[in-house]
Formats: sequence, structure tokens, C-alpha cells
Amino acid sequence: MYIQCIMYISSIYIMVITMDIIISNSSGEAIYEQIVSQIKAQIMNGTLSEGDALPSMRALAQSLRISVITTKRAYEELERDGFIVSQTGKGSFVKGQDRELVREEYLRQTEQLISQACEKARTGGITAAELHELVDILYNGD
Amino acid sequence: MADYENAIEIKELTKRFDGFTLDNISFNVPKGSIMGFIGQNGAGKSTTINSLLGIIKPDSGEMKMLGLDARKDETEIKRDIAAVFDELPFHEQLNAKMLDKMLRHIYPGWSSETFFGYLERFSLPVKKKFGKFSKGMKMKLQIAAALSHGAKLLIMDEATTGLDPVVRSEILDIFMEYLQDENNSILMSSHITSDLEKIADSVTFIDRGRILITGYKDDILASHCIMKCSKEDYAAIDRNNFISARVTDFGAELMFSDKKACEKKYSGAVIDSATLDDIMIYYVNREKKEWS
Repeated sequence: MYIQCIMYISSIYIMVITMDIIISNSSGEAIYEQIVSQIKAQIMNGTLSEGDALPSMRALAQSLRISVITTKRAYEELERDGFIVSQTGKGSFVKGQDRELVREEYLRQTEQLISQACEKARTGGITAAELHELVDILYNGD
Repeated sequence: MADYENAIEIKELTKRFDGFTLDNISFNVPKGSIMGFIGQNGAGKSTTINSLLGIIKPDSGEMKMLGLDARKDETEIKRDIAAVFDELPFHEQLNAKMLDKMLRHIYPGWSSETFFGYLERFSLPVKKKFGKFSKGMKMKLQIAAALSHGAKLLIMDEATTGLDPVVRSEILDIFMEYLQDENNSILMSSHITSDLEKIADSVTFIDRGRILITGYKDDILASHCIMKCSKEDYAAIDRNNFISARVTDFGAELMFSDKKACEKKYSGAVIDSATLDDIMIYYVNREKKEWS
């Protein structure tokens, strides 16, 4: 879904970025969570830059055909996690990225994946030592 | 008009009929939001809406719209709200041009330009008699009229029932456009729960004259679930823990209102999300408890 609009404020053109947000109704992940992770990913990989204006919560809700409560939740979480800043009357903007913050986000996601790997390993009777070895091999590339 | 938090406030609304009672109905529609009002035929949706609009006189209760008292300030309120029903309220012999002339004298905020703009957008003929309109055209006509006098609140009573999916989709788009102005609100009673599942901000569920659930749609959908298990496992579950269960020859499907607790307690079982339809069906069967 492409969201694009150009807002004209006094004599300054402010371009609201075009962005892709693709929601799956069947993925099991809450819609607001999908929005949060997609926007986070785009901020972290540089698709969205500091100062870019996000579409308004209502415009996003209209385009995605979801409730404005959902988009509001997504934006609130993004703000809480330090990825965007919302100013009443002006809108929501991408916040300058703190190296530490980005690293923390990657750490969090990696931890989640490792946790999943540990569970699989436990179920399959794979020992912690075997897992360590696997990580070493994969991390250093083969 | 004063500032207000809720576009609609209904408090302890009661109306008794022979054989049916609207029993202590309370719910609010926050300003700037769209509320889906769901329930079976005869559950009390139209009675509630008719009470709100002054078509029926309730026995007791308070009702407010746009911050004003629904009875005392009825005339003032009606300038700024619009109601859309499943039957066309305009005479079949009228056409759009004549309707424009009439409504111009009724609504101080009427804009012919806006009205004809919508007619063109919906491809509705200006000189054709309403009697010759299809169901979809009649609905679009009502909506065109509803959106042409600056109404801050739209009340729709089964407005999309009987329309094909394509027309319904167009109408939903128009509502979402209407809601871009955060001063606008919508109360929509509907059987088409799939539409509400998408765009409703909150949902109120009425059954046999009583409100069973009212709250944010996201929360309602996230907190309910359907747990599927064997008949043997089902027999061991406390009857007070779930809403109702559908039991067949091949197993049981139970609805819970606390998904997290259910996932914790029955961690091995199949636990599916519930749709608004599911919620309606399982709750309607709550007294029966076991059904198929």
C-alpha cells in the first residue's frame, strides 16, 4: 500500500515520504505490531531518514483500512521505543538514530531468535555445547 | 456548540415493550471514532437507535449527542447529525434535484454543491425518480444527503445490509474519508461484521436487550479465542471458565474471553483467534452452554 501526500504549509512544501506497509491478516501477529516492526526496519536500514514525516495516524488507517486506534498504538510504541517523535498539530517524524539504540534493537531481536533456536535444540536433544559450535561456524561464515 | 468528549453518550436507557425490554443500556461513542453496533435481529439495535433519534420515547435513561441532551436539544442536534436507514426515507416519486430543493430549506448547513458533487462521484442520475433506483443506488443517495450538511455524527442503521461487496467497499472508503476529520464520528449497526472487523474503532454487542460487550475492537478481538480439544478433555473443563462450547462427534470448540490465560492453562491445545461473528455466536449460546 503506497501512502503519499504532499502537505502545503504556508509557503513551504513538506513532503511526506512514500512508504510501503504490508499487513498480513493471517500471520497471527497483531496488526499494530506489524506496523511497528516494518517502520522500525525501514528506519534502521535507512529507507526512512531522520526528519522524514510519517503519514498521519488517520491517513494510515484509511489507506490500510484499519482502525485509527491501531495506528495510534503503533505510533505510540514507536515513540516509546525512541524511533519517532510526535508533535500535536504537526505530525510524527523519524527521530535521529542513536547508534546505541539501534544496537539495542538488534540485540533484542537476536536474543529472541536465539531463544527460539534454544527451544528447538532442547526439543531435538541437541546439547548446549553443540549449539555453541553451530553458532561459531555460522557466525564466522563458511 | 460546546466541546465534548463523546459524540454519543447513552446511560441506563430502558424501554419496555410487550415481550421485549431494552434493559439498562449504557455505552459511549468517543468523538472522532467509529463504533460498530452488533447483535442479532430483534436484539435491540434499532430500538436503541430509534430512542436516540427521538423516534421512540424511552421509559428511562439519559442520552446525549454532541454533548447536548438528546431530548431537550433535539432540534439543535439534528442540524448537525445525519441518520441513514436500510429503507429509503424519501418518497419514490422524488428525484435528486427535487430532494436538493427540499433539504436546502430544512438544513441550515446544506450545501447543494457538495450534494451534487457526491451524486456525480456515485454516478447517481439527478433527474431519475428514486423509485427506479437499485438498492445500492438508494443507499448511496442517502449517504450523499447525509454528508451534505456538515453533519458531525452519522448514525447508520443496517445501512450496508443487502449490498454487494463492491458497493460496500466503496461505502467503507467514504466513511474512512469522513473520519479523516477528527471531529466526525460514526455509529454503525450492522450484520456485516467483516466490515466492522476492519475499520471499527470500538464495538458494542447487544443481545436480547442487554449490552454484553462494549470496548475497543482490537482489545475485544485480542482477548477472545477458540480452544479446540477432544471431547474427553472437554469433559474435564470447569463449565464456568468458558463462554460456551460447540460440541460435535469429532471434538469440542470452546470460547474463552481471556486468551492469555487460556494459552497458559491449555498450552498444548489448538487455540484460534475469534472473529466478531464467532463472538456473537458463542455469546448468544452462553446460557445453553453446549451447542452444535
